[in-house]
Amino acid sequence: MIILETISEKLSLKCKCCWENLNREVTGGYAGDLLSDVMANSAAGNVWVTRQVHQNIVAVAALKEHAAIIVVQGASPEKETLNKATKEGIPILVADLSEFEVVGRLYQLLHPSQG
Amino acid sequence: MSPRNEYDSYLQGSYEVHGRDFVDAGLVSSQIKKGLKAKGIDEDIIRRVAVLTFEAEVNIISYADHGTVSYYVLPDSIIIEAIDTGPGIEDIDLAMQEGYSTADDSIREMGFGAGMGLANIKKSSDILDLTSEPGRGTCVKCTIMLNGKVPNGE
Repeated sequence: MIILETISEKLSLKCKCCWENLNREVTGGYAGDLLSDVMANSAAGNVWVTRQVHQNIVAVAALKEHAAIIVVQGASPEKETLNKATKEGIPILVADLSEFEVVGRLYQLLHPSQG
Repeated sequence: MSPRNEYDSYLQGSYEVHGRDFVDAGLVSSQIKKGLKAKGIDEDIIRRVAVLTFEAEVNIISYADHGTVSYYVLPDSIIIEAIDTGPGIEDIDLAMQEGYSTADDSIREMGFGAGMGLANIKKSSDILDLTSEPGRGTCVKCTIMLNGKVPNGE
């Protein structure tokens, strides 16, 4: 089982909050910018990869019990988003890479035998 | 619209939701989830409740002036009722179709309004009863059967 810290190092992510939870285990990943899609199809323990940065992403991640949110394309999460994420204990990690690149590398990490 | 039913529930709660209050979207769902967790309700059931309460909450925020989301835990099921004073739904069959949405750009920019909300509610419910009066409001009643997964509560 892979932990967030490993993903953060391999993908050169910048952690914006909840560093103390980077030892959390990751069950899988889900990518999407439509919140209803993520609500319906992601699973607990997933890392969620998205370009959205507003605070509603934290509500979705908390309800679905995601391990963390990865924001792509170097986007800056809003201050309120980070405040809410800190309160909920959900790490937000920022990638300079595109959503496509992040998902590709994440998939290889999570499924090395299929990479 | 106003609540039509009284339930013989041993656990219940009711929360107000205000139209256009996207800042607090998810708060009611989170409170309901915590309430059910504290009573030892099955995790799979809680996940389904979380999806449909979130969608019901966002629908009220997106389209109505005001509403309430209530939950009732009965011996064999959980009932979620979302009732709003909003524009109502003209064509329920059309609104139920995945992908159909009347959301404006401001809603879509936040990742809502993809026309998946009611479809998600339907998928997460065992029984869905949707009634609406155009110009007055909408009532979404969802039933999730516990199927023997009886909580530990009193």
